[in-house]
Amino acid sequence: MTNYLLKLYITGKTPKSERVIANLQNICKQELQDQYEMVVIDILERPQLAEDEKILATPTLIKVLPLPIRRVIGDLSDTEKVLLGLDLQPCLRKNG
Amino acid sequence: MNFINNDTDLEKQPTHIPGFDWIARGGFPKYRSTLISGTAGSSKTVFATQFLVEGVRKNKEKGLFVTFEESPEEIKKNMISFGWDIKQYEADGMWVFLDASPQPEIEVVEAGAYDMGGLLTRIEYAIKKVGASRVSLDSLGAFFSQFSDRTTVRREIFRITHALRKMNVTSIITAERIDEHGMIARFGVEEFVADNVVVLRNSLEDERRRRTIEILKFRGTDHYKGEFPFTIIPGEGIIIIPLSAIELKQKSSVVRITSGCPELDNMCAGGFYRDSIILVSGATGNGKTLMVTHFIAGGANNSEKCLIFAFEESREQLFRNAIGWGVDYEQMEKEGKLMVVCEYPETASLEDHLIKMKKTIESYKPNRIAVDSLSALERVSTIRSFREFVISITSFIKHQEIAGFFTSTTPTLLGGTSITETHISTITDTIILLRYVELYGETRRGITVLKMRGSTHDKEIREFQIDGNGMHIGKPFRNVVGILSGNPVQISPTEVYRTDELFKDR
Repeated sequence: MTNYLLKLYITGKTPKSERVIANLQNICKQELQDQYEMVVIDILERPQLAEDEKILATPTLIKVLPLPIRRVIGDLSDTEKVLLGLDLQPCLRKNG
Repeated sequence: MNFINNDTDLEKQPTHIPGFDWIARGGFPKYRSTLISGTAGSSKTVFATQFLVEGVRKNKEKGLFVTFEESPEEIKKNMISFGWDIKQYEADGMWVFLDASPQPEIEVVEAGAYDMGGLLTRIEYAIKKVGASRVSLDSLGAFFSQFSDRTTVRREIFRITHALRKMNVTSIITAERIDEHGMIARFGVEEFVADNVVVLRNSLEDERRRRTIEILKFRGTDHYKGEFPFTIIPGEGIIIIPLSAIELKQKSSVVRITSGCPELDNMCAGGFYRDSIILVSGATGNGKTLMVTHFIAGGANNSEKCLIFAFEESREQLFRNAIGWGVDYEQMEKEGKLMVVCEYPETASLEDHLIKMKKTIESYKPNRIAVDSLSALERVSTIRSFREFVISITSFIKHQEIAGFFTSTTPTLLGGTSITETHISTITDTIILLRYVELYGETRRGITVLKMRGSTHDKEIREFQIDGNGMHIGKPFRNVVGILSGNPVQISPTEVYRTDELFKDR
């Protein structure tokens, strides 16, 4: 069993941010069932966290666990790319 | 020239980069972004760094450096050779880095639309945190290469510059260009940060690198146009040489100084003016260095401080030659009346020589200066650089209100002029020609004062001889014509008499 830790960096609570959160939740539900933890960070409120992670583009999704660390930028509307970026194995998808 | 800063002009932010504020007429437009564009190796990063460094050092202004290319550690290491201790500035809270350099160890996948909100938030946060008033972003090319969606990046650059303006910071953004002349920058960024554009060039002319800076435009405010040479010096950074900064404002003096040779003083109606530029032109071995020696000895005997820049001979050679003419340089040095700087012209670029010479003059504060020879310096540069150099150094010497004595070697033995003369003749006050005169299968030496501003002078071409005491000027050549044109012809005494009669008032 692998537990996924995903951090999503957004700028402000805008409709755009709402959309990317929804996109991520959909993907996680389909692909990871309950084996994930998702943290949403609004960098307007906590800019130091953006500095620490050297975030340039928003939204940025960081897969902290399992290693290796991976980053996906964009509104996550392209599911295929998101799965590629998160290193999600096809076998895992079949199991789901 | 006082129409520069009228009320309608934008306020300028002095950069304190040597020379830049002059060509920019005060500095960068305040609270605006300026694009610094240049090819690879045109020292954009040095410029971007120095902009912040000078702010910290000269004005206690805090700086933010956003790096898209090198890591902050690399920049700190690279810039230490300029004497910029960025680590210390960071510790003092005067400097902050924003690391936006690529992180090759982390793979990034793009999945859908994004913007640079993260970067913008970090920039705003860093500016507030340190209280920065100067920001450098280096470089846009590296920024673009990190993302595939160029339209987005372009739009976001515009958003960032807009935000910077609102935060009341003056910023510079560096960008790459492919050719020295052509499109301002890659990726079409100039459309977005186009209000102010500065171009750095590092072009190859006659196998020599020549660095120049040009302010292409400053929207709504004035600046000097055209390219200005600059150089980069270890321990200092970029120094721009503002050629046209030369103003014809020198005071002029009626005090005469000796040339060190009494007969020549007579020819010049009592000597050179104290603040004049004197050019001695002659073929090789014709006595130019000897005249320098006289000039220096004449100064030292009056307890003046003298400075020689020698580009042709070594110190030992110079000292030995001087002894041969009865002048003891060593003794003068001991008494603090003389300083000799010997250098091969090839050791540095002309711009570097210029800056070094200016510094030596400023620190030693001599009463008279000799440069032997200008022609040697001509070897190491393009014609254009050389002309700029000559104008720059002569006007600098004039501003010090001291005498400058330059020698120039003519390419041909008999007659002729050199490029040096054509460049320098209009700014010299006195020109002395030394010429070989061939008579009856024998070479003899002739001297004449061609021009002397603001003074009468002897117009005759006189013969001179050199012995163990130096130069001795004798009688004029009375029956020879064509000495200056390098084609001396004997004429009979009767003809000389006839010519003299021709112009006599009756």
